[in-house]
Amino acid sequence: MKDRPRVQDFDWPLLAIVAAISALGVAEIYSATHASAMAGMQWRQLMWIAIGVAGMFLISRIDYHTLLDQAPALYMFGIFCLLIVLVVGYSRLGAKRWIALGGGINFQASELMKLIIIIVLARFFSDVRTDQLTLRDLVKVALLTLVPVALILKQPDLGTAMVLIPVAVVGVLLAGVELRHVVAGVVLLALLIPVGWHMRTHLKPYQQQRIQTFLHPEEDQRGAGYQVSQSEIAVGSGGFWGMGFGKGTQSQLGFIPVRYSDFILAALAEEQGFIGVCVVMLLYLGLILRLVDNAQKAKDRAGMYVVMGVTAILGFHVLVNASMVIGYMPVTGIPLPLMSYGGSATAFVFLALGLVMNVRMRRFVN
Amino acid sequence: MASWNSNDQKIPQGRLALFSYISVFFIALLLVGFWKLQVVQTGHFADLAERNRVRSIPIIAPRGAMLDREGRVLVDSYPSFSILLLRDDPKSVQRSLPSISDGLGIAMEDLEGQLEAARDEPKFMPIVIKPAASLADIAFVESHRSDLPVLDLMMVQRRRYPHGDMLANTIGYVGEVSAQDLEKNPDKYRPGDIVGKTGLEKEYNDQIVGVDGMRRVVVNSVGKVVRTLDNVEAIPGKPIQLTIDYDLQSIADADMADKTGAVVAMDARTGEVLAMVSKPTFNPDDFAVRISPQEWQKLNSDPHTPLLNRAIQAQLAPGSVFKIVMATAMLESKIIPENYTVYCPGYAEFYGRTFHCWRPQGHGEVDLHRAIVDSCDVFFYNVGKLLGIDVINQYATGLGLGRRTGIDLPGEEPGLMPSEDWVERVFHHKWYAGETISVAIGQGAITVTPIQLARMAAAVASGGTLVQPHLLKNDPTSKVTRFPLSDNTVDLVTEGLYGVVNEGGGTAYHLRLQNIDFCGKSGTAQLMSYNAADRMGTKNMDAWFVGFAPRKNPEIVVAAIVQNTVEHGGEAAGPVVRDIVKAYFDKKNGVPLHPETTTAQNTAPAARPLVATVGAARP
Repeated sequence: MKDRPRVQDFDWPLLAIVAAISALGVAEIYSATHASAMAGMQWRQLMWIAIGVAGMFLISRIDYHTLLDQAPALYMFGIFCLLIVLVVGYSRLGAKRWIALGGGINFQASELMKLIIIIVLARFFSDVRTDQLTLRDLVKVALLTLVPVALILKQPDLGTAMVLIPVAVVGVLLAGVELRHVVAGVVLLALLIPVGWHMRTHLKPYQQQRIQTFLHPEEDQRGAGYQVSQSEIAVGSGGFWGMGFGKGTQSQLGFIPVRYSDFILAALAEEQGFIGVCVVMLLYLGLILRLVDNAQKAKDRAGMYVVMGVTAILGFHVLVNASMVIGYMPVTGIPLPLMSYGGSATAFVFLALGLVMNVRMRRFVN
Repeated sequence: MASWNSNDQKIPQGRLALFSYISVFFIALLLVGFWKLQVVQTGHFADLAERNRVRSIPIIAPRGAMLDREGRVLVDSYPSFSILLLRDDPKSVQRSLPSISDGLGIAMEDLEGQLEAARDEPKFMPIVIKPAASLADIAFVESHRSDLPVLDLMMVQRRRYPHGDMLANTIGYVGEVSAQDLEKNPDKYRPGDIVGKTGLEKEYNDQIVGVDGMRRVVVNSVGKVVRTLDNVEAIPGKPIQLTIDYDLQSIADADMADKTGAVVAMDARTGEVLAMVSKPTFNPDDFAVRISPQEWQKLNSDPHTPLLNRAIQAQLAPGSVFKIVMATAMLESKIIPENYTVYCPGYAEFYGRTFHCWRPQGHGEVDLHRAIVDSCDVFFYNVGKLLGIDVINQYATGLGLGRRTGIDLPGEEPGLMPSEDWVERVFHHKWYAGETISVAIGQGAITVTPIQLARMAAAVASGGTLVQPHLLKNDPTSKVTRFPLSDNTVDLVTEGLYGVVNEGGGTAYHLRLQNIDFCGKSGTAQLMSYNAADRMGTKNMDAWFVGFAPRKNPEIVVAAIVQNTVEHGGEAAGPVVRDIVKAYFDKKNGVPLHPETTTAQNTAPAARPLVATVGAARP
């Protein structure tokens, strides 16, 4: 037994998968933007990756137990940041999501909240001593999760708000839950859907539009439905082998919306074909399985919860984003982790992986 | 140490394994989704992608120009932009209509009407919502590429009229092909094609239309053209050369500027129309773009009938000009001796009714020559009575009255030359003999068109050669027919017509020209009887003058009518004819044309050389 975490204990196979996905992402960002006014975006994405990697090493140095100790303070800080955003954050594309850090750097407080909710819920679940969560526990989990969810919804950012929920759901299922509670939860959700549908007029117009579009995509060719249609056309016309690097007309001519970001998988599907999609999806599957493996080998339940929180968020991102690209889910603005261009999102993934490394490095440490 | 930080809890390995399986399941599900799009339906989506990026843009061929006999441009084409509405997606079209209506200044009802009219056309076919886009309209479309992608621009060719409304009724106008024509010739026309609607534009449409080309381009998501795939150039329409002489036309136009009426000047030997005026007229620029239904309605229901080409469509009483036919009939039929004389006391009684001569104090003893020179009505009343309506009809019809001349213009009217048969056929009663007396001086049931009178005069003076008037130079279809007249008849009638202009006391003595054997006959047709006019105190008349020169084998013949005038034929219409005849010979003899008359009317687009620019205007 060692008494000190070492960099050699990093999960190198996992990092190899991460590097491969990131490389594909950078290449596709280059392909999608090199012939446009946005040329050079790949360098900025590389910069974000570099910053993320640095952050990953930093966060892996701090014992996750220390972080979990500070969970209440972190939670308060996260909520405070979200409130700040609502008060003084500045708008981009119609939503207040950003806080200016000065020097032209802005960050999305909701990305930070994702990290914090992982830590906070890991702390909560590992506090539970019983084999099954009580109703009281469930209510606490719900409250802890729904307060930031509500604040992020208020920005409004439906996508990121939704991303917090899988952390709680996966945590609850791992912690153990009575069947009747599961049934009650499902029933409650089923009841909430018509209520939510009734309340849809309280959604922002663009959110209503997106739901409407998802239900009837053919009616709205230039709005969100247009985006989905164009994405499907890109994916479909890519065929089995793809049109070749930099040769996808849907992406090169700008028919795919934000082809370097939320819809990067559509651009890749067009240019690299079904083969390329298979490679990407298998890499993500490898990433998830490797993360679960880390959870299984965690030293304690707290570590497992941390790793599974990260896994839940990344898995949810991949599932929702890929479904959106092929028209199986509405457009929610959830990026594809490690591939979509974006500073805060990329940084979040690496910091989250930093937590995973943190857990892994300490599995043999006493 | 906090309670959570202990190692006493087992990791739920089973549940974690289950999570792995679920992940595999979801990834497999997604791959099935991709498989469906990328392998099963890839052909469909490849089509859609192709349709997304490839756009076919028609290149409209310019219509051929029309040139005068010396190659001067009378009408040509220039490129401009039309605004198209793409209808592929009805929902977004409906949503965009208010902002389009606002931005382009088109009424909502108008837009909806156009969409309704094109409802049965294939959806991928755009409709033209604004045919002549201004710079502001083009800027509007360009700047709203992303939020109004249903708008697009198309280069089109428009008609340009460098001389304004000169020859407007003869040239005619163009417009979008009608639904009926589309139905009749589905292979020839596409919706929105511009075709000739009236006049020469219609007559020679097939000769002056070009062949539209097609350009296939790659566009990006905001409709910007990225590159051209292929390009089939339009073949410009061929120009046609007309028989019109721009110089004579200018003079005729200037003379008729404020009048109502028509002028036809024709080469008496060939039927080549040298000038053709119809007043009032319309502004062809109103049609060069697309005329609004209201504006068309206004032109069409205008009591002054500006759309009527009076030179070939006005059917009017010829008045005393008809005496040329009467004199010819009298001499040729030999029913009446050549030296027949009549005493004119200013009136005569036939069938219990009094018929007045235009000169109340009478002409005294008159023979044929004096009767023509002085235009004595009483003489011709008697001739008419002796010949009878059917003999008059025979010669009038032989000289081309009551039937179309066959000019190469659509819509020519035949006029009417009455006969006993005609009355029985149409009115089912016997011919009233008294009617013949009126017809003898070109009144009553008889109507003619100006072009018929010009041809008739040329035919009489040339011994019975009936030319076919035409506007297309070197028209291979132009025929000459004969209605042979004896030399004696021709000599006697033309001497009379020479006297009208050149003998003191002739009704048009004031029109005589130096060194030119100018002959002619005036005519003044009452719009009501002498008595009624006297009672009402008005003298609104149709004033005719038909002239030709030289007397023998005339080269030029001109018919002019000035309507609703208080002046007689020789005064109102005579000078118009004289000016054209004079200009014709001045030009022939190399005398410079009077500057005011040639330049007054054609100041349209400044500094534009009047030479053919066919095909120069290309996209």
